[in-house]
Amino acid sequence: MTGDVAVLGAGMHPWGKWGRSFVEYGTVAARAALADAGIGWQEVQSVVGADTVRGGYPGYVAGATFAQALGWQGARVTSVYAACASGAQAVNTARAQILSGMADVALVVGADAAPKGFFAPVGGDRPDDPDWLRFRVLGATNPAYFGLYARRRMALYGDTVEDFGQVKVKNAAAGALNPNARYRRAVTAEDVAASAVVADPLRLLDICATSDGAAALVLCSMEFARRHGAANPVRIRAVSTVTPTFPKAVLDLPDIATDSTVAVAPSPDSFRASIAGAAYEEAGVGPGDLSLAEVYDLSTALELEWYEDIGLCGTGEGAKLVQEGATALGGRIPVNASGGLASFGEAVPAQAIAQVCELTWQLRGTAGERQVPGARVGLTANQGLFGHGSSVIAVR
Amino acid sequence: MVAGWFTVDTDQEDFRLLGTRCSACASVFFPRQDAFCRNPACQGGEPAEVPLSKRGRVWSYTDSRYRPPAPYMSDPAVAWVPYTLVAVELAAEGIVVLGQAAPGLTTADLVVGMEVEVVPGVLHEDAETAWTTWHWQPVPAAPAEVRS
Repeated sequence: MTGDVAVLGAGMHPWGKWGRSFVEYGTVAARAALADAGIGWQEVQSVVGADTVRGGYPGYVAGATFAQALGWQGARVTSVYAACASGAQAVNTARAQILSGMADVALVVGADAAPKGFFAPVGGDRPDDPDWLRFRVLGATNPAYFGLYARRRMALYGDTVEDFGQVKVKNAAAGALNPNARYRRAVTAEDVAASAVVADPLRLLDICATSDGAAALVLCSMEFARRHGAANPVRIRAVSTVTPTFPKAVLDLPDIATDSTVAVAPSPDSFRASIAGAAYEEAGVGPGDLSLAEVYDLSTALELEWYEDIGLCGTGEGAKLVQEGATALGGRIPVNASGGLASFGEAVPAQAIAQVCELTWQLRGTAGERQVPGARVGLTANQGLFGHGSSVIAVR
Repeated sequence: MVAGWFTVDTDQEDFRLLGTRCSACASVFFPRQDAFCRNPACQGGEPAEVPLSKRGRVWSYTDSRYRPPAPYMSDPAVAWVPYTLVAVELAAEGIVVLGQAAPGLTTADLVVGMEVEVVPGVLHEDAETAWTTWHWQPVPAAPAEVRS
């Protein structure tokens, strides 16, 4: 038993292509989270930033950058990088500090100004870097990997491109109700089918965009929350940051090959399933307890895989859930009530934090038109490049 | 491009990807892993270079309809021609290896589970240099009975 930490505040900068600095976005999100928590920045004892590249300096920075922008006040500072899992590791760092008594209240911030088009490795000749190699040797972009997973699902389970399109239709409908989403327009199956193929069988509207955006959370001890008048706050009960286990037998970004299964039999569970599994175990809840989930829909087909990996259905049954409407708003178990990456796009250091913001608003019952009625337990699932798991379970 | 990933100066028949095999646990690694064994249950043996199976079965495939960004090498003055990517299961090594398909192959030519083989190919060339690579291509059908 590790104990709960309270989510005292949540805030975002709207996502889109705004053409400004990540520092500006992060500061707006941080101030929104502090205002939501009802505390001043100078009360914060620890600031944890999820890293991005700062222009003009070849390094990954965040914590101190946000602390400087908000006004140096001497707080403990941490910066974390775990690719798309950076936000979850930032949440986990703040949580560990609170549970260990190092801080009563912490500010977690992630923000980015993402380049247009395909993500690519930073410059230079770096043949030691698997991410550089997959671009250099194969031209294998992120959508290429999403295409491989999608085509594999079609072969194994009979998924169709129409099933994939339904995920976009569902998430766009939810995103249309979210003022922080970049895309706020309903999308039809015909729209998806009419968009250009990017990586067979996936089309432009099957694949998430890159965006600017920011998200922030104020986390604190249960005692601090009580002192600040929050008797029954949203609580973070589990954070999973697991690595895969050897041999990782499913081809995954950014690797060119899988681990060999010659010496050791692979686990029957996929890496993605183990991410959620660790969170369920730590929280003492299971898939049947969930009111909603926010999963990492880099592609529509990948969302279907997450349904299976977080235990909403059996292997190969993901498409059936979206066909039935079970994962839509109003369905049995809404997934990506926020609109997901389909509606937000990727702002890498911010997205795992943004998922927890959505859970916070849903569990408080303040999610407006996209509210999941009576939400009590929510799960986020995400995955960072190079084997970073990421899942958060929040309860009310 | 990257040394030691495949045989050089071999004809198409003998062309192979090169990996390493741990002498202690027999795990195979591609790209080659000359410094250590990544099996957590293995104390680590001397890695030895090993040619990978020439043939495997398609795990999945996709294509690239838009020009990938650098460090992929392509000439922006030349119209983009999509290429196909194939992930191939090699049974003896227990691994899946990604690669480009031989030029001209499209996703319409492929099916998950079909047999393919590795052949030498060219990744990019300019006036001075041709960067070589490996390609996957379907195994030719057995020759029809010779008729006189």
